[in-house]
Amino acid sequence: MSINPDYSKYHPKWFRRSMPIFWWTRKWVHMKFILRELTSVAVAYSAILLLLIVRALNQGSEHYSEVTAMFKSPVILILHTVMFLFLIFHSVSWFSLAPKAIVLRIGKKRIPDQATIGLNFLAWFVVSSVIVWFI
Amino acid sequence: MSSNVTIEVLRYLPENDSEQVVQSYEVPRTKDWVILDAINYIKDELDGTLSYRWSCRMGVCGSCGMMVNGEPVLTCAKFVESYLPGTIRIEPLENFPVIRDLVIEMGDFMEKLESVKPWIIRDDDYPEEKEFIQTPFELSEYKKFSMCINCMLCYSACPVYGLEPGFTGPAAIALGQRYNLDNRDMGNAERNEVLTQEEGIWQCTLVGECSAVCPKDVDPAAAIQRLKLTTTVNWFKSFLMPWKNR
Repeated sequence: MSINPDYSKYHPKWFRRSMPIFWWTRKWVHMKFILRELTSVAVAYSAILLLLIVRALNQGSEHYSEVTAMFKSPVILILHTVMFLFLIFHSVSWFSLAPKAIVLRIGKKRIPDQATIGLNFLAWFVVSSVIVWFI
Repeated sequence: MSSNVTIEVLRYLPENDSEQVVQSYEVPRTKDWVILDAINYIKDELDGTLSYRWSCRMGVCGSCGMMVNGEPVLTCAKFVESYLPGTIRIEPLENFPVIRDLVIEMGDFMEKLESVKPWIIRDDDYPEEKEFIQTPFELSEYKKFSMCINCMLCYSACPVYGLEPGFTGPAAIALGQRYNLDNRDMGNAERNEVLTQEEGIWQCTLVGECSAVCPKDVDPAAAIQRLKLTTTVNWFKSFLMPWKNR
């Protein structure tokens, strides 16, 4: 038996593996998780954008036209397309996880997870429709 | 079709090595063998120095958890055939210190489990001999979370626990929530002091792998998210209606 200075008979040295910095690249589920977290930036961007649009509307048609004209630039169009796709991914992945946190019941009977997910999408659609109607 | 299966085992022998080393074994391909049967064959016929844990061989004791081809599983519950063709790689559970070969150190988990007080707490003198009737609905509130066998696969699958070893972790939180949801229990406030601290539920980022690998469908991710929601609602209630705190 070779002599290992880190080992004694009654107190063996434990082996500890540290997580590599790119641990999330090893499995698709982990990549999906990281993507879900990163796309929250798109959610924040969209929220700020919505506030800016509402502010421009409040300031009058001239300001609103200036803002909408800015949106027609090719760079902004590409940026907004990417942000929109990220937003869809983020929203769909979060709504799919809703039954983990929310337990809905009719009387004492728990409603199926798919119904909980469906209600989230319905609420999303209703709120989006109201915003579109206002703008 | 080959009559043998190659099993690679990630071994750690602290008296010889300071790093883990891969050792390959050839075991006979046997249709009804689970992974644990193959490991037992190695131990009995090929290499008696291989160390690992196992006991019941029927998915109840939770001691034979290992990484098989990168996934944490109970080795008594996975057939060798389901991993073929190809080499099968067996490693100790991830995110835990390794004592020897496939044996991990579980002291951290045991301490965390105890910290969440996974037992019924009463603050009255309820007589022990008196029957406590519980309806099927009341039982269904917590039954799912009570099925945990402490196999620690969820800790192994949880990247948060790997990155932040202070995290209370999926199984301990699920078992704490099991008692929180039990209508016989009165220890929510006491238990939530541990569960809702920074290293408790708020560390969880909902990767969801703990629930995916659980061999008993406990769904620890759901237990954690439900407690997050309850804690948040309670905080808002106490903020908006401070007179109710008295």
